[in-house]
Amino acid sequence: MKNITPPDFHMPGNPSRLAVPALLAVFALWFALSSFTSVPTDSAGVLTRFGRFIEVVKPGLRFKLPLGIDVIAVVPVERRLTLDFGFSTPGGTNPYQRPDDPEAERNIVTGDLNMALIEWIVQYRIENPKEFKFHAIDPERTLRDGGEAVMREVVGDRTIDEVLTIGRQEIETEALTRLQALVKRYGLGLTVMNVQLQNVHPPKAVQASFSEVNQAQQEKQQAINLANGEYNKVIPRAKGEALRKVSAADGYAAKRVNEAKGDAGRFNATLAEYLKAPEVTSQRLYLEMMQEVLPQLSRKIVLDEKAGQIFPLLQLDQKTK
Amino acid sequence: MNRAFILSLLCAAALLLTSSLYTVLETEQVIITQFGRQIGAPVTAAGLHRKTPFIQTVNRIEKRILRWDGPSADMPTEDKLYIDVDTFARWRITDAQQYYIRLRDERTAQSRITNILGSETRNSVARHQLVEIIRTQRDRKPVVDASADAGVSNVLPDIRFGRAALEAEILAAARPTLAEDGIELLDVRFKRINYNPGVAAKIYSRMTSERQQIAARYRSEGEGEAAEILGKRERDMAQIESEAYRKVQEIQGKADAEATGIYAAAYGQTPEAREFYTFTRSLETYRTVFARETTLVLTTDSTLLRLFKYGPVAPAK
Repeated sequence: MKNITPPDFHMPGNPSRLAVPALLAVFALWFALSSFTSVPTDSAGVLTRFGRFIEVVKPGLRFKLPLGIDVIAVVPVERRLTLDFGFSTPGGTNPYQRPDDPEAERNIVTGDLNMALIEWIVQYRIENPKEFKFHAIDPERTLRDGGEAVMREVVGDRTIDEVLTIGRQEIETEALTRLQALVKRYGLGLTVMNVQLQNVHPPKAVQASFSEVNQAQQEKQQAINLANGEYNKVIPRAKGEALRKVSAADGYAAKRVNEAKGDAGRFNATLAEYLKAPEVTSQRLYLEMMQEVLPQLSRKIVLDEKAGQIFPLLQLDQKTK
Repeated sequence: MNRAFILSLLCAAALLLTSSLYTVLETEQVIITQFGRQIGAPVTAAGLHRKTPFIQTVNRIEKRILRWDGPSADMPTEDKLYIDVDTFARWRITDAQQYYIRLRDERTAQSRITNILGSETRNSVARHQLVEIIRTQRDRKPVVDASADAGVSNVLPDIRFGRAALEAEILAAARPTLAEDGIELLDVRFKRINYNPGVAAKIYSRMTSERQQIAARYRSEGEGEAAEILGKRERDMAQIESEAYRKVQEIQGKADAEATGIYAAAYGQTPEAREFYTFTRSLETYRTVFARETTLVLTTDSTLLRLFKYGPVAPAK
């Protein structure tokens, strides 16, 4: 600034004398402003001189040759960038993030010629600023094209059931591998970190029939559960009942054998006494029995053996008091 | 005066300088023309270059890989299905001279590519069945969810070529034509293939009927398995009960046999024991046989009443 301000700058007078210092001042300002660039910490600068690549500069305040001789293009290398496919997140800062036609993008034909609505994202980072800047035009648009083509390729080799349920993880991995290969082949200067499926649905028109399948699955389970319930209501009780019967039989057996042993013991004991005096004992036992039995009888008729003929006259059917 | 002279001299110098120097960016190549006629080979090295001022013109041409995004178009496949096909391609200018002569600018080049790739895509799609455009890996077997066992739709139709082969076919067909214009076509890919609305409706109804079939199968499987479980219940029931019966009979029979053995051993040990058993058993039987409402007719000749009749003198028997 110092050497370009003429000493007579403040002197009023001839306007043509003022034009030169003014021009010089503008030039000086341009010179000063174009001699440095501030590169943010999440970025790198690609330095070119007269259009020729010189080097990649690190973040910070970078001085350069002024007047457009050196140009530093700032590239956000550290930033994790996202592309949305089939849907759009509102408020994204990345101009490539949103799809042009989400509806068409998420309708994908599966390998068994069905259709699925698939939403997914691709996360990437600028890995090589030089390549990113110079190798291919519009690398991020190319990544969009590639991302869609690859997803359709992968889904095109899978059945609708794989896409909707079990194959998700595999689809993500496969799409990531293929997209990484594509990015390398095109020399986009990007690195793809992630391919993630978001919402995956059957098409609206067939969603009802898909939920019908779920419902049928539930019904199947319910029928099985119900039948199992019936089974469980009866069988454990029957098992218990069987055990009870067996135990009862065991009890019967023990009782029967013990009783037999008891009877036999008693018999043996009385037999031993009887054998000592058989005549008397049998007499006694007989009379004891008679004594016991006779009082219970309602009518007793004693007949002399000669009076047998009155026997028919007795009213045998008469009830006794 | 002196000052103005210096100023105009400076301006003239600047003009001369800018007209005799030009920069080439990393992303471009330059063709120098003089009155419309090309001078020398294209300049591909980036940096500052010299030229004859005022009479030579700088024509900048892209050096980077360029993008072509085809318009999406309805076209029929060999199996007469109308699909909406969207393709994209990568290309670059390998012969700037030829490119400059034939096409001059990128807009012309893009529409040239559109014409050529559009018709090649149509040709290729029309020669193949839909599935050839959808599928890529020829021998891929679908993963089947064993637990769900959905069955019906777990089949991938067979293909002979596949998407990659079709893309290669289109690329091979378009390359020579574009090479004449100084363009190298790097690759062509199907970006988007969708059913057109008429076809989509048919696909939807097929998908619906397929799902209904699966649902019906689940239901009948449920009924079948329930019936099986109920059958098992009957069987297990019968088995448990009969087994219990068998065990009971065995146990009781064994006990009965043992008891019988014990009785037989006790009562039959000697003839006296047998006799005594018969005697006591008879007495026992009388006790129970003669109950309250029995009328007993005894003759005085019975053992009990003999004494009653004759008195204490025992009769000669």
